[in-house]
Amino acid sequence: MGEEQRAKGHGAWSMEHGAWGMGHGHGAKGEGHGAIGNISVYFLLTIHYSLINHPSSHHSITPSLHNYFSILRVTTEIMQIKKSSKVYDVIIVGSGAGGGMATKVLSEAGLNVAVVEAGPFFDPADPEQKTQMKWPWESPRRGAGTTRPFGDFDSAYGGWEIEGQPYTRMPGTRFEWFRSQMLGGRTNHWGRISLRFGPIDFKHRSHDGLGEDWPISYNDVKPYYDRVDKLIGVFGSKENLPNEPDGFFLPAPKPRLHELYFIEGAKKVGVPVIPGRLSMLTKRINEERGVCFYCGQCSRACSVYADFSSGTCLIFPAQKAGGQIDLFVNAMVREVLTDHEGKATGVSYINKEDRQEYQLNGKIVVLAASACSSARILLNSKSKQHPAGLGNSSGLVGKYLHDSTGASRAAFIPALMNRETYNEDGVGGMHIYTPWWLDNKKLDFPRGYHLEMWGGMGMPSYGFGFNPNDLNKYLGERIGGYGDQLRKDVKKFYGSVVGISGRGECIAREDNYCEIDPNVVDEFGVPVLRFNYTWTDHERYQARHMHNTFEEILDAMGGKILGDKPGQDQDYGLALPGQIIHEVGTTRMGNDPKKSVTNSFEQLHDANNVFVVDGGPFVSQADKNPTWTILALAWRTSDYIVEQIKKRNI
Amino acid sequence: MLIGGVAGGLLLTGCQPGKGEEVKTTASDDKHYGRTDKEKQRDERVMAESFFSEHELATIAVLCDLILPATATAGAATEAGVPEFIEFIAKDLTSHQTPLRGGLMWLDNRALYAFEHTFSACTEVQQKELLDEIAYPDEADPEVAQGVAFFTRMRNLVLTGYYTTRMGIDDLGYKGNTPNVWDGVPEDVLAKHGLAYDEAWLAKCVDQDKRNIVAEWDEEGNLLT
Repeated sequence: MGEEQRAKGHGAWSMEHGAWGMGHGHGAKGEGHGAIGNISVYFLLTIHYSLINHPSSHHSITPSLHNYFSILRVTTEIMQIKKSSKVYDVIIVGSGAGGGMATKVLSEAGLNVAVVEAGPFFDPADPEQKTQMKWPWESPRRGAGTTRPFGDFDSAYGGWEIEGQPYTRMPGTRFEWFRSQMLGGRTNHWGRISLRFGPIDFKHRSHDGLGEDWPISYNDVKPYYDRVDKLIGVFGSKENLPNEPDGFFLPAPKPRLHELYFIEGAKKVGVPVIPGRLSMLTKRINEERGVCFYCGQCSRACSVYADFSSGTCLIFPAQKAGGQIDLFVNAMVREVLTDHEGKATGVSYINKEDRQEYQLNGKIVVLAASACSSARILLNSKSKQHPAGLGNSSGLVGKYLHDSTGASRAAFIPALMNRETYNEDGVGGMHIYTPWWLDNKKLDFPRGYHLEMWGGMGMPSYGFGFNPNDLNKYLGERIGGYGDQLRKDVKKFYGSVVGISGRGECIAREDNYCEIDPNVVDEFGVPVLRFNYTWTDHERYQARHMHNTFEEILDAMGGKILGDKPGQDQDYGLALPGQIIHEVGTTRMGNDPKKSVTNSFEQLHDANNVFVVDGGPFVSQADKNPTWTILALAWRTSDYIVEQIKKRNI
Repeated sequence: MLIGGVAGGLLLTGCQPGKGEEVKTTASDDKHYGRTDKEKQRDERVMAESFFSEHELATIAVLCDLILPATATAGAATEAGVPEFIEFIAKDLTSHQTPLRGGLMWLDNRALYAFEHTFSACTEVQQKELLDEIAYPDEADPEVAQGVAFFTRMRNLVLTGYYTTRMGIDDLGYKGNTPNVWDGVPEDVLAKHGLAYDEAWLAKCVDQDKRNIVAEWDEEGNLLT
């Protein structure tokens, strides 16, 4: 599953959102500083630095400069930009996969780092923030998605819409934008599917003439994939498939019952299946992180750090190792500040708690706010030297936005009726998967997709028990009713529905983009993004093929396929752009500054001390989930930054 | 002075022993379910409101126990607190409000014309007679389609409210949400389904006796430990 994984809706067959792996609030905790109001600001800042630079446990790092700036405000009582005299070696904007990796590598190199995160501090081990192992009744809405689209226990603070932070769309186009504002960002709830891009994925234009080749090859990234595997941990298996590179895998968990059915069914119709590749620790990788205890709730973030989240696996360890890291939370970056030569000098941000404007000085700025948020920051960073926005001399910032394609289907498997119940939560996601297995030259669409499968006896949450016996229609039995029969029907069908999702590659196009809406600002006065995104028949025909595959496999499993095959009027079941939450490409890399925003080290062509380490620099998406590649490239870029500093090139 | 009241670190507590070593998890806090400040405020606001009248709640309670009466081994829906859940969810997901309120009135009206009593004042036999005409969507008279829609919604909420409680989960038999070591489908279940693990596949799977031994690989990526 992609990060979208858990969006199965609240229909009849939705179990716990997270159970299939499909699916706040502390900021700066320090309060009451007003008591020291008369001490000089300089003195306060000095104390502050000494405290936050102290390599104490990560729990104590949350307080940020805003507390001190707040005092300044109280003293002066006028609205003004709060500036600090401190100069960071590097300012990192965002703390998700890319920002976390940059934080770790750059702080370990001895650099003085500021991490600026739009949301609050988050630690899934904090009992106040933890949702793992909660029962449905611990939520008064039983886990319903009232405030969190993937349900109450999902660890993403944000969603498709965030109050006070709108985005818009060009008429006639759709794009759904999922944001999670918290330390670790979307890595706290993602599906943990951790795939390397293969050799063809980096050079796909050379294979089919479509899209663009990356300026780097698999061999450039391989050493970093290797390091990421060993540092973070991913289970999988050596398969020697041509475009699905193997890595340093932890052993896979055994398939669940419905997954065995899938393997059998797929075999009958010639679809290969291999163990899943997900970043949960089925085996210990160090003494700091725990080992998976198979609750199936990775979407809630792991309290023993046995799955990958950026906070728990990158930022906390970097802090523990004594890194010079100042963490600014609830800090929304407005723009990158530049000097008369057009080089970055820092960032400005809004402290969400006091709604004041602050500036931080840095010698290097690393953007990792997510592909679209980083593009927004760049486009909003206008100056005499960068009149169209920082890094945008090519006019391509925000262009080539692309998300994975997606489609899903489910079936009722009569052989899985009246199951004996046992704990099959497993890891929070699929134990098996199907990488792309066909040759597009023989098909009516150009790029591939992989298959993810779901099902099982998950933990009930809001939506469980809806339309409890609609499946009786396949058995010639009565639908509806009340009384004891309902209990029997609920048990009869529990765990008897399985589903398959396809996740495929969309070719990046210049005319799919985000840009600054000329008329709309958010609650902080910052101009917002406007999206323009359409699908083509490439993606529609791919979705049609996905549904054909789903039907073949589900039928071979002995399943009664639910719902009708979506037709042309429904884009053949293709998910809306953005819904798979793999959006990338907005600051794509390349050797030609006219055709790309960043170079092969994710460095802006237009300002050599600004880097982008989220999904923005992706040239193409591949039929793989992007996170492992974001991590590998962020590490590679961070090494490059250290090297360039040593050479005094930046 | 800056060190705020953030809770302590990884409080490792031993849980049910699995293969290899004991399974480690962390402490939980019964008072919280991981809300953000905004969500806490919203919860408080919603909790302080009330939506259904006493009569409506009484009718909901009657419907709850007609839909899920007690069995020899499990309690009825009212014993699981389902009416309280329905009151909350109507305030939380406000799209339920008009269909529920209107549906209850539809049902009372139907009962008044048929038996000269509101639904909750009818005898159980009368109540079941009224439900029989709206409880089976495929068989219902189109005349009562609105009643069918209401009862379908009510049945959905009663079942979801029930099976998300301890009582409902025990009745269902869900065994998870507890630390454990997954080591495959139980043998008897495999046998019942005529399935077996493929040996080549199993060779790629975790040896749970070694799960706590730190992973090491050779240069080719072969796991050594």
